[in-house]
Amino acid sequence: MATGSTDGVAGTDRSLLGRVRGRLEGPNTVGNSRGFWAGFALAVVALVAYPLVGSGEQFSLFLVLALLGLSLSVVWGYSGVLSFGQVVFFGVGGYAFGVVSINFPDATGITGAVLAGVALGAVSAALLGYFMFYGGVRDVYVTIITLVATMVMNTFMAQTAGSEWTIGEAALGGFNGMPAIPLLELGVSGVVSYQFVFNSIELFLPAVGAVEVDPFYYLALALLLATYLGLRALVNSDYGRVMVAVREDQDRTRMFGYDVKRVKLLTFTLGGALAGLSGVLYAARNVYIDPQVFALWFATLPVIWVSVGGRKSLLGAVLATIGIEYFRLSIEGEMALVVLGALLLVFIVALPGGVVPWVSDRLAGSELEMSEIDDTDAPREVTDS
Amino acid sequence: MSESDTADDSLQPNVRQTPAGKATGERTDTLLQTEDLVKQFGGFTATDSVDFGVDEGELRCLIGPNGAGKSTLLNLIVGTLQPTSGRIYYDGQDLTGLEPNERVQRGISMKFQVPSVYGELSVRENARLPIQQFADGEERRRRVDAAIADAGLSGYEEVQASALSHGQQQQLEIGMAASLEPDLLLLDEPVAGLSVDERDEIAARIRRLNREEGIAFVVIEHDTDFVAEIADKVTVLHQGEVFREGSIEAIEADPEVRRIYLGGEQ
Repeated sequence: MATGSTDGVAGTDRSLLGRVRGRLEGPNTVGNSRGFWAGFALAVVALVAYPLVGSGEQFSLFLVLALLGLSLSVVWGYSGVLSFGQVVFFGVGGYAFGVVSINFPDATGITGAVLAGVALGAVSAALLGYFMFYGGVRDVYVTIITLVATMVMNTFMAQTAGSEWTIGEAALGGFNGMPAIPLLELGVSGVVSYQFVFNSIELFLPAVGAVEVDPFYYLALALLLATYLGLRALVNSDYGRVMVAVREDQDRTRMFGYDVKRVKLLTFTLGGALAGLSGVLYAARNVYIDPQVFALWFATLPVIWVSVGGRKSLLGAVLATIGIEYFRLSIEGEMALVVLGALLLVFIVALPGGVVPWVSDRLAGSELEMSEIDDTDAPREVTDS
Repeated sequence: MSESDTADDSLQPNVRQTPAGKATGERTDTLLQTEDLVKQFGGFTATDSVDFGVDEGELRCLIGPNGAGKSTLLNLIVGTLQPTSGRIYYDGQDLTGLEPNERVQRGISMKFQVPSVYGELSVRENARLPIQQFADGEERRRRVDAAIADAGLSGYEEVQASALSHGQQQQLEIGMAASLEPDLLLLDEPVAGLSVDERDEIAARIRRLNREEGIAFVVIEHDTDFVAEIADKVTVLHQGEVFREGSIEAIEADPEVRRIYLGGEQ
């Protein structure tokens, strides 16, 4: 299937920048204007500079979890499959990274562990997705099955405390989890490698003085930016158009010759890989993982992030994950979860489309009004601006 | 027309219809043929041993009272329902058991009764969806523009499809189904709820697609004026069975058809 053929405003610009914008813009994403990209560039600069003035170590957790939010956004927001099971693939990725890296604790082995975690996240999603989608499971029953899968994993991993639950050198650890995961070091042993965790870089800035920055923060930021831009290109491609069509009307889409089960399986698998990557980074950052990643409260978080940010918006998923996690970790304890539950209810009732699409629509409305005042003949997009 | 006359009519050999709809006597292969097609929902039999055939390039209308099994038959042909028993052959191949998308790939396309364009997408995005499978770049742009123009929606390209009128949505959806370049296009009540002008536009469009592009049609419709305007041949379904087949004139003159469906004197 051919990809990338947007005919939008940027699509008429034949320069390299115009072609790149053409790939990244379209009706399936908010932010298709020069103003958006200027703001995006400023936000990237601010994120790069943030560790110089704030705690990059804390913020890196939000960036890692934003990948988990994106995994649900692409599965639920763009293909219409509401999954409570993204944390299953997150946890599988994290545990796989732990097991492989403990058994092969050099740079090559740890790099392989990262790939293994992502791959196992994808494979576990593909297996669960295959049985669901090719087994004729649809709609709310998919949600129920993914929720059950989460609870099964939580129960199963919590009872893996015995010595029989050891894979090579790696003990799964049951309820206590898997400690002593090696520090994240990527590369090839003896050739070139770099340690990203607990390896602060000291910088001297003329106006600020000496500062220490966390390289893991920049790794997480780079991966999040690459994933966000990659997913923008995907959802605005031909394949993304089919994903949206499946979300809107599965039966109609089948009648245009598309294999809807295959589309859902591929998207679900991609979501599993992204959740797996998030789990790998989570375990690497904490050098630890335990069955709480499969807990019901944790499984609910991505649904809240994506609902609040706007499930049909990749940007919404990222911003809401960062904002809500910042808020949740500021409050701490059970009260944070109570507040988040209430927040979910409020948004489902009052703003079902989420914050970012709502803001985007308001801005688009303002621009339209201005263009009417100016009496210009600028193209009027009916979808996101 | 007597019942035996109608039976003789339905037993006529497959005769190729020219684009003008006139019989030439040229024998052709049957495009679609169902054999003993049965569909039961619990204890209710929606279609009962239906043998239904359509020739290449034919424009067939399917009429009958509500509950006669018309939509069920179309859904069986396109694969959104699986038969309880019986077979479906298309272009010499057994389609029974295939998924709808596999049947579409073989050349069958369908427009459902309720307009089901993608409301959140623009007209252009809607039109692009079927075409993107087999055209790219400039060719795709040309085909998409042509499909939109053919649906009478030029100037509406960036309008959200949900904002279109009922008639415009019907036109858009027919255009999307036709843009797959099918050999057989199934339309379930394409003019229900439309004005006379809109009905005439769709009738003209169906005739043009049939005559210029050679697409065979099976059209379910209750509007007998519309049926008389477009049909080469009419099949009457009643209580899940093929009740009569023949020309619209023969069907309208049949007292049994008048009694069960068309109304009027017996």
